[in-house]
Parts: sequence; structure tokens; C-alpha cells
Amino acid sequence: MKALRNYLDKIKPNFEEGGKLGMFRSVFDGFETFLFTPNTTSKSGAHIHDSIDSKRTMTVVIIALIPALLFGMYNVGYQHNLAIGTNPGFWSTFIFGFLAVLPKIIVSYVVGLGIEFAVAQVKKEEIQEGFLVSGMLIPMIVPIDTPLWMIAVATAFAVVFAKEVFGGTGYNVFNVALVTRAFLFFAYPAAMSGDKVFVRTTDTFGLGTGTIVDSFSGATPLGQIATATTNSTVVTDALGNPLSWMDMFLGLIPGSIGETSKLAILIGAVILLITGIASWKTMLSVFFGGIITASLFNLIGTTSGMSLSPVDHILLGGFAFGAVFMATDPVTSARTERGKYIYGFLVGFMAIVIRVLNPGYPEGMMLAILLMNVFAPLIDYYVVETNIKHRLKRAIKE
Amino acid sequence: MPENYIIYFSYIMANVIKLKKGLDINLKGKPSEILLTGGNSTTYAIIPDNYNGITPKVVARQGDKVKAGTVLMIDKTYPEIKFVSPVSGEVSAVNRGEKRKVLSIVVKPDKENQYEDFGKKNLSSLNGEEVKEAILNAGLWPCIKQRPYDIIARPNESPRDIFVSAFYSAPLAPNFTYLVKGLENDFQTGLDALAKLTKGKLYVSVQKDFPLTLKQAEVFEFDGPHPAGNVGVQINHIKPVNKGETVWTIRPDDVILIGRLFNKGVADFTRLVALTGSEFAKTGYLKVIAGCEINSLIGGNIQPSQGHVRIISGDILTGTKATENSYLGFYDNQITTIPEGDEVHEFLGWAALGVNKFSAGHTFLSSLFGGMRKEYALDARIKGGKRAMIMSNEYDKVFPMDIFPEYLLKAIIAFDIDKMENLGIYEVAPEDFALCEVVDTSKIEIQKIVRNGLDLLYKEMN
Repeated sequence: MKALRNYLDKIKPNFEEGGKLGMFRSVFDGFETFLFTPNTTSKSGAHIHDSIDSKRTMTVVIIALIPALLFGMYNVGYQHNLAIGTNPGFWSTFIFGFLAVLPKIIVSYVVGLGIEFAVAQVKKEEIQEGFLVSGMLIPMIVPIDTPLWMIAVATAFAVVFAKEVFGGTGYNVFNVALVTRAFLFFAYPAAMSGDKVFVRTTDTFGLGTGTIVDSFSGATPLGQIATATTNSTVVTDALGNPLSWMDMFLGLIPGSIGETSKLAILIGAVILLITGIASWKTMLSVFFGGIITASLFNLIGTTSGMSLSPVDHILLGGFAFGAVFMATDPVTSARTERGKYIYGFLVGFMAIVIRVLNPGYPEGMMLAILLMNVFAPLIDYYVVETNIKHRLKRAIKE
Repeated sequence: MPENYIIYFSYIMANVIKLKKGLDINLKGKPSEILLTGGNSTTYAIIPDNYNGITPKVVARQGDKVKAGTVLMIDKTYPEIKFVSPVSGEVSAVNRGEKRKVLSIVVKPDKENQYEDFGKKNLSSLNGEEVKEAILNAGLWPCIKQRPYDIIARPNESPRDIFVSAFYSAPLAPNFTYLVKGLENDFQTGLDALAKLTKGKLYVSVQKDFPLTLKQAEVFEFDGPHPAGNVGVQINHIKPVNKGETVWTIRPDDVILIGRLFNKGVADFTRLVALTGSEFAKTGYLKVIAGCEINSLIGGNIQPSQGHVRIISGDILTGTKATENSYLGFYDNQITTIPEGDEVHEFLGWAALGVNKFSAGHTFLSSLFGGMRKEYALDARIKGGKRAMIMSNEYDKVFPMDIFPEYLLKAIIAFDIDKMENLGIYEVAPEDFALCEVVDTSKIEIQKIVRNGLDLLYKEMN
């Protein structure tokens, strides 16, 4: 460590203003603070500070995402094997998925961080860590067959127009990862929905070649519900076997890469709640809102979507993933404590409404969260307004 | 109901206010309750930067012979606010910086320490104006601060109420019950004097088991973690400041000074100062006169645990960084020493399991191993880079007032006066935000923002 520190100290002058490599100052600073906690001491105000910083915060979120990511990789291989009717064993299955997902992670990080680094350099600021989480979320909320170039374009769009133009991490109105997905969804709808994109049927780097079995259908359960002609709520896996709640909970079903396993998401949720990084108020209210809304639709029950039980709703699609990892984004969600209940409830409510009433959108979570991102400041406004009114009233009374 | 029943009843129903929000930080170097020797300073100084809300005008000249209580400096706007020499001797320097800003007025003490005689006074025969005049003349007025703005009280205003917090709750803070021992009489006289300055009430907040029975004051008991001892928090719970109202506040040590003025007729700035913090070989209390050199308090008492030492005049949350050559702050009754920490290079600190890391949150393993109950020796590193506000509800947890700290802070940054007023700017002082600054993930200099906001707002409104 000491040698590394000495080396950094030796090359540091090059990166300072006016140094040979001055144009890479932010990048150097980014790597330096990544390797060594900054030794800056307080100049004003409190002399001691908590050990937490934004790097730590983001790290915790990434750790919470890892179970869902690893499971997602395995599931990619598993679904592929179902499609071609083979079973090469656990490791081959996982490696297939790993190789299929890894390029997406790399593309997302390279594009997003590249832009972040450049912007930080131009603005002469420190590199912000926010994208470390967004960059991990993006590959997890897209179908496995999304082309890499699309991810690159969408990521660039989201980072520039949803984040940097607003001022960077902490100032964005919309969740950056969801804007990426929304961009993909509206710009390339064919690549983002339907029954062809959620299961990889071709090989990955030459691995897993085979022909598709006859009974195969790559439709996601929610896709099946949206296109159902009766009001039956039976959903099936890729080979047509009906899915139980346990299957949905464990997550060996078609879907976006990170969203299928509720078990893995639950582990992530526990990590986020124990560490206090995500708000339990938001998380709980999303589920509550979803369950109430789905129950109300059950009372009507004239279509397949309306008949789908609340448990099915929260076990299918991206509901749980969105509730745990996206709705709780502190920057874009409501920031007041009372506001979090309202915000969360409405996210859950909107997600189910979109799912049930709009057959064009089998999954409503993305749009629900983005919509509520817009309303979060308004919700907070009214919560803060009660404090203001209360203060004015106090002044008049006396 | 017979009258003594009512008294008994109100005694049981004593004013107890329990606070849940806040944070007690358990640090190494709490002051042991022993009297240390030392504190003979070779010079004493008045530092204009110690005071908020004044424009200094120096009236003493180098070479002047002064007594303790002789005026050295006044305020330009309110010339009746006087700043006096704490000791007798000779003015040895008036130091100025850029744009002729007064940095310090230094007095070299003589041996005998003579006092200006302001005359013993019997408070019962004085009215409010006379009490005010006596305090102004003796140079003790700067002890009284006002909300809004957290500045020295404007003498021409009449406060709605006066608030005194009779305990300190900040980490490593001195124990007022120890400080007041033997000075109970002066403390009560001080309260008697303050009670005359307002048509409203004099409120004194104490901790459980405060030994004195106080007269002339309405006593509230506060229970809970820091900042329960902050007078701003107490005001917010007892009777908050509304727009257009002014309340005065005064630290309990300064109440003793005022009491002494009336009991003895002199401006005697002698007080107990606590030596606290992990870098002191011996913690304890020293009897000193305000404005002394920090050097005289420390002597050879420093025992660095690692590299550089940070010396703080005041408490660890709100004090000012000092050097051995600087002077004890006017309002400070504590010197804190901690490791500076600037030589520490922590490898991959963000990834550490953090069994021994200090954190109010739960992202480090330390929260499972003792957490905040454990005793820490912390250095002055801010341990991260400055960011925009990211996490929500961080400040609220340590801000026990009916105010949204994050929104108020944003209004201050934007300097939106209407919003600041609406969100409670008139009720706060920078010290109320100190814990927010400690726990902040984004490492924002919150107290500085609040101070600048208050100063700007004062300029705008006056």
C-alpha cells in the first residue's frame, strides 16, 4: 500500500492544474480517492465526520444488487437451455449467462462512466459515484437480447439528458437507469417487448448452440396475461408448464435479466433496509399500493389482467425489482418522510393500473416510477407546506 | 383544591420534555472532574471574530494602561455595546489584517490585576433599564445573544423571553453542575438580573437531577441525546420564535459572570475551562480568565497518539480550529484536542468492513459491534468527497426541531428570503446543524452555509 501511495504522490504533480497531464485531473482524482479515502480534514464547522460517504453508499447498493445479478446470469443460461432442450450442468449454464450478460455491463459502464469522467473534467469537479449504481442497474432491467449498440445509445442519452444537463448526481429528476430503459422501450419497441427477446435462443460466443424445441415460447408471464383472450390467469414457463407461486418467487422464468428472482431481490432488500440506505417507508408503500390496487381490480375481474391476484402481480415482472431498487432511489423519490408513503403507494398503484388497463404495456413499473419521479417534488411541496402553514398559524395565534 | 396541593401537583407535573431525535457521540477524553494547575497567560486578547453581528471600532491605543473592565473596543452601530479588557495591564498591540480589519487587541497583564469598579448593586432596587445599563457598561453585554440571526443582542430591543440552557450536551462537553459548584449564588443573581430584562419569562432548561432550585425562572427539564442542550432546540420545544419576535439567549457560564458583576461590582471574566479530547495526557478543568492564550492552557499536556494534533477552542462540533498561539474564544469554556489525521491514507476505505469505523448509520460492521455506544478517538478528516445532497432523512434524524432542515438549507443556499422565513430561519443557529454536518454523506459545510445565510439575511432586513 505504501509503495502505491508513494507512486501516486510521485505522479500527482503531473495531474495538477498546469501539469503535463492536467487535462486528466478529475480522472486521476477519481482513481486516487477510489484507492485511498481522502485525507482532507475539516476546515469549518464540525471537526469530526461520519465514516460514510457517497462511495460507501453506492457500494452498499451494488452489493445488494449482486444476488439478483448472479441469479439473472444463471437464469439466462437456464432459459436458453430450456429453449434448445439441453441441460449441460450448473457451471456451463451459469457461464453461458455470465458471458451473455457481461458485455452489457461493460458497455453500460464504459459509456456512462466515460461521459461522467468527461463532464467532471470539463466542470473541473470530482467524479461522482452515482453512475456506479445506474450502470449496474441498466443491464439488469433489459431483455437479454437487447443489442449492445442500443444499450450504448440509450445509456448515453440517459446520462446526458436525464442527469448531466440537470447538474449531475443529486440533481436529476428522473431515475437514470429507468430513463435508459424508457428510451429503449420507445425508440426500439421491437427489441424490448414481445416473445422473442427475453430468452436467448442463439449461441453466445459459440457456446450453447442448438435448435429450438417445438413447444418453446419465450413470452414472459405478464406478456401472456396481456395477450390473453380469456380471463384465465394461468401463466406458463417457456415450455408451456403452468407456473406456481414458488416458481415465480425463485425466478427461473423469462424476464429482464435481474428482475426474475424475488428471492434474490429479497436478499437485496434486506441488505438495503438493514444498512438504512433505502427507505422502508417507500418500499413497503409500493407493495401496499400494488396489493390494494390489484385487489380492487380482482373485484371487477372481467379480463385476465383484472383477475390476476395481488400475489401474482408482485411476484411477476419488475414490480419487486422496481420497488426495492428503483423506487427507493433517494434522489428521485420523495424526500420527506410522509411524502415517501404517498410516493410509494402511488408507484404501486400506477404500476398495476398500467399493467391491467393498457394491453400495450404488459409491465407498468417503469412508467409508474418515472411518472412518480415527476410528482415527487410536488408531494414533498405539500408536505413541507403543512410545516409552513403550521408556522404561520402559530405566529398569528399569539 | 388547597393551594399546596396545586403546588405539589405542578411539582409532579414538572416541565419535562423528552427528545428522541439526536445523537450522542461517545468520544475518548471526557473531562475528569479535577482542577488542574496552569493557565498563567503572558498576554490576553479580544478577538472581534469571536462575535457575530458587530462592526468593531477600537477605542484603546497601544501603550494604554487598562484595568479589567476598561473598554477596548465598541460596536459602530450600537456604541453602547462595549468590549472590555479581561485583565489589567497595558495594551501591547492592536493587530490588523487585510483592509485594516481588526484581528486582535492584545493586553499584557500586570501582576496585581486591578478591576474597574462598577459598584455592588442590589438587584431588587433596580429596574430593567438600569440592569441593562450595568451589563452594557461592564462589557458583559456580548454574553447575551439573540434569535433571530444568532448575533449579539440588540440593546434597543426588548426580548419576548430569555432562554438559558443550564447544561451542555455536545460530545466531551464540560459538566455545568461541576462548573457552577461554589458559584451558585452568582448564578442565581445572574438569573435575577436577566429576569428584569424581559417582560416575558426567563426560561432555564436543566438536565435531570440538576442540584439547584432556581428562582425567578421557569425551569424545564430536557431528556434526550445531543442537541438536547442546545438552547435553540429548547426554544423550539418551549415556545418557538415567530417572525417579528426576538428572544435572547445566554450561556450558563456567562450568567455567572453577570451575577458576579452585581454581587461584587467588577467585570471578572474568570471561569473554568475544560481540557478534553483524546490527545491530552490529562483531562480536567482549569481556572482561567477569558481571552487567555491557548498555549497557557495546554502547556506540556499534549500527548499525540499519531502525527499532528488539532486544537479546538470550544467543543468538537462547533468550536474553532486554533493554534498554540491563538487565544481562547470569548464564548468557549473548553479546549478539545484530536488527531488531525492528515497523514492517514486509508486504502480502499469505502470497501472496508469497518468493524471499528465511526458511523451513525449501519453501512459498516461497527454498527453490529457496539455501534455508537463504543468510545472513539476520531480525527478531523471529513472522510469523503463533497457531493450534492443525495440521501434523504439524514439530517432529520439528528435535528429535533419542528423544522425541515434539508429544505431550510436549500432555501438558504438559494437565498430565497420568503422560503427561509417560512421554513424557520429565525429559530436556528449554526450550532443546531452541527450534527447534520457530522452525519452528512455528502460532506456539505452546513454550519458555514447557515452562518453566511443568517449574516446575509440580517444585512438584507436591516
